[in-house]
Amino acid sequence: MVTIEDYKNGETEWCPGCGNFNILEAVKRSLVDLGKKPHEVLMVSGIGQSGKLPHYLKCNTFNSLHGRTLPPATGAKVANPELTVIAVGGDGDSYGEGGNHFIHAIRRNPDITLIAHDNQIYGLTKGQASPTSEIGMKTKVQTHGVLHTPFNPLAVAISLDCPFVARGFAGDVEHLSSLISQAISHKGFSLVDILQPCVTFNKLNTYKWYHDRVYKMDDDGHDPANRMAAFEKALEWGDRIPTGVFYKRDSEPFESKLDVLKSGPLTAKQYDSAKLDSVFENFS
Amino acid sequence: MISGGIIIVDINIKIGGEAGQGIQTIGSVLSRTFVRDGFYVYGNQFYLSRVRGGHNYFHIRVSDHPVYTLNEKIDILVALDKQTIPDHIEEVKEGFVLTDESTVGDNADAKIVSVPFTEISKDVSGKKLFSNTVAVGAVFGLLCYDLATLKKFLSETFKSKGDEVVEKNIKAAEAGYDYVRNDKFEGICNYNLNPQPTNRRILINGNDSVGVGALAAGVQFLSAYPMTPSTGVMTRVASHADDFNAVVEQAEDEIAAINMAIGASFAGVRAMTTTSGGGFCLMTEGLGLSGITETPIVIFLGQRPGPATGLPTMTEQGDLNFVLHAAQGEFPRCVLAPRTAKDAFYQTIRAFNIAEKYQIPVLILSDQHLADGLFTYERFDTSGLKINRHLLEDRAVGSDYQRYAITKSGLSPRAIPGQNGALVVADSDEHNEAGHIDQTTDNRIRMNEKRLRKVDGLTDEMQMPAIHGIDGADVSLIGWGSSYGPLAEAVDILNHDEVSINLIHFSDIYPLSHNAASILEGLNTTICVENNATGQFARLLRAELGFEVSKKMLRYDGLPFTPQSVIRELKGMEVI
Repeated sequence: MVTIEDYKNGETEWCPGCGNFNILEAVKRSLVDLGKKPHEVLMVSGIGQSGKLPHYLKCNTFNSLHGRTLPPATGAKVANPELTVIAVGGDGDSYGEGGNHFIHAIRRNPDITLIAHDNQIYGLTKGQASPTSEIGMKTKVQTHGVLHTPFNPLAVAISLDCPFVARGFAGDVEHLSSLISQAISHKGFSLVDILQPCVTFNKLNTYKWYHDRVYKMDDDGHDPANRMAAFEKALEWGDRIPTGVFYKRDSEPFESKLDVLKSGPLTAKQYDSAKLDSVFENFS
Repeated sequence: MISGGIIIVDINIKIGGEAGQGIQTIGSVLSRTFVRDGFYVYGNQFYLSRVRGGHNYFHIRVSDHPVYTLNEKIDILVALDKQTIPDHIEEVKEGFVLTDESTVGDNADAKIVSVPFTEISKDVSGKKLFSNTVAVGAVFGLLCYDLATLKKFLSETFKSKGDEVVEKNIKAAEAGYDYVRNDKFEGICNYNLNPQPTNRRILINGNDSVGVGALAAGVQFLSAYPMTPSTGVMTRVASHADDFNAVVEQAEDEIAAINMAIGASFAGVRAMTTTSGGGFCLMTEGLGLSGITETPIVIFLGQRPGPATGLPTMTEQGDLNFVLHAAQGEFPRCVLAPRTAKDAFYQTIRAFNIAEKYQIPVLILSDQHLADGLFTYERFDTSGLKINRHLLEDRAVGSDYQRYAITKSGLSPRAIPGQNGALVVADSDEHNEAGHIDQTTDNRIRMNEKRLRKVDGLTDEMQMPAIHGIDGADVSLIGWGSSYGPLAEAVDILNHDEVSINLIHFSDIYPLSHNAASILEGLNTTICVENNATGQFARLLRAELGFEVSKKMLRYDGLPFTPQSVIRELKGMEVI
């Protein structure tokens, strides 16, 4: 039996009240609920406060570079599909620096879950705008307020036919944990974008601000199989902000399509040097 | 080793034409026929960055001794476009130009043998499709060369397309041959070629050798973004990936390519990426990630002249400084620069073994000259092939496993994720032995020193430069990487003429062997020969060994050295 204790690890370095605590709690609960043993799990993270999350868990961890969470996660998943690979990144990590990888990971569709801590601000560099910051948000860099249209990760993912697209709220651990569990269990690339208040730098999108707005789509009878409806929900932002599973469909993950992986992980294959003879035939 | 003497049979054929005209096909059919008949062929190509049009050429050198470079004189020039004749006729001193009416133009010359390739093709097959085979037949006609091996080769090559295609190809070759022998060139045969068929020899270029070397080393994951002149490695590995339980993934960019490979390596398979200088610019961040996380990776870099897009299809040794210093901070790395295609095969295998033993990035530094250069060898001997993964066995891992355990050698035992009982924690931040972030100064010093200690063992493994030519020469050429062929042959020619010269040639570039300094100190006049404008290797010798070369010979026009160009320059320098 796996328990929460199995995943406990060390002191955190997050600000008191940070949404990351709840995300960490939700991740632990999901892994325990799914019965995953720590050595079966690989958490790959980027840089930022979100990137530290795997350090506060007991499991295999690869803490990579800013924005580069998905490529090493993909390589690891292909090498050993038996690993449960979870990528963790912030909004800068996942949608700014790693925006190209985000798009192409969805196209490639490895069986990886991306948990994106989306706090609409750059916390570790002390409060600049992020790709998801709202127009008009003033910072020490964006002195006239943010000018750019916010990146909409859910709409982008749905437009690319990402097999599982969800949004959670760090203020609701139970719901978030359920979304993460569903995402990990779903075959193919899954996105869980998490609304996460930054208590230090984001004075706009606070817990209260979110509590006043978020609602669960399930309660409204949203059908996640309906891609057009999912897209409409993804565009909803303002007085009401939907959470839950926006879209899901069955898919065949990238690594399942690779013939060489059908008989087991690459890491378990034996090397056969006898095949070299036939390679040399090509040159004679 | 070059032959060490003077080459007796030395026939040089150049095929010029536009991209898309089948220059490569003609070159390949000719080369492979000669190789099967026991000759040594060296081939290389000059091409422009376009799919069709432009002026390209393919150069083949045929010898009865191993050859590793081109010769500037041409015996037979096959002109498929008008540009070929004015561009190359000066190189044809005593030979012939084979062409058809459409490309002769105003170039009336006794050397020109006009053969209506297309018309002959239509006559024998009803189609102009076989005109390149007519040209191949005509080349053999000029050489009075037996067609038996060619016919066999054509039969095998076109077998899958049916008997009719085979037959038409053979007829086309015979018709081209007869046309030259009977009507234009009767009774003149200056070439003494004595075929001795063999099936043990291969004709292989540098890129293919790296690809096959990677397969031989057990590569199981290759991610790359295609970039000239490195793409051939990716293509070669992809074409055999299924047989070798390997996955080749075309990444969205070079950043993804190297990071995916690092992820695969971390998870437990041998992984590599391939690129050229521009792509490597994007990879430098990942290079550092490999360095600090101590994740092995092999990076193949086919150099071409830069900066930025530079000359995409030409050659240069201009990225040495870059690979030595790429990425921020200090961490161990290894740079190997193969001399020839055969060296590329064994160096690639070594690259994987070194990468895993020392848990570092290893760079294989090649260039367009070696990437596209075709070499003839006996099949590579793989009997001594050794693969040591240096991974911790399941029974050796425990719950107290620490990925970055401090050791005297700097090498920490390497487990992989998924092994029961051990958790593997790797971090791009400075980390403690367990792999978790640790920003304390004591830890920083311990970890940095642990990583850098690996250089001691690595340096012990580095090989000495190859010494070619006479001992104690008055003049020593110093070279590295793909320049081996032209430099060694220049030395052979000069030694034959009793000039006191030799070559000291490096393939293990960084770190330099402990003993390299002792060899260099004993030399007289030293000339560092490099395909770049600033003498980057000379600078490395000065920086690492405190050794100052006497002179530099630098070529940076996008073309490789030839033995003749080296000899001309040496005379110009008045050192010989």
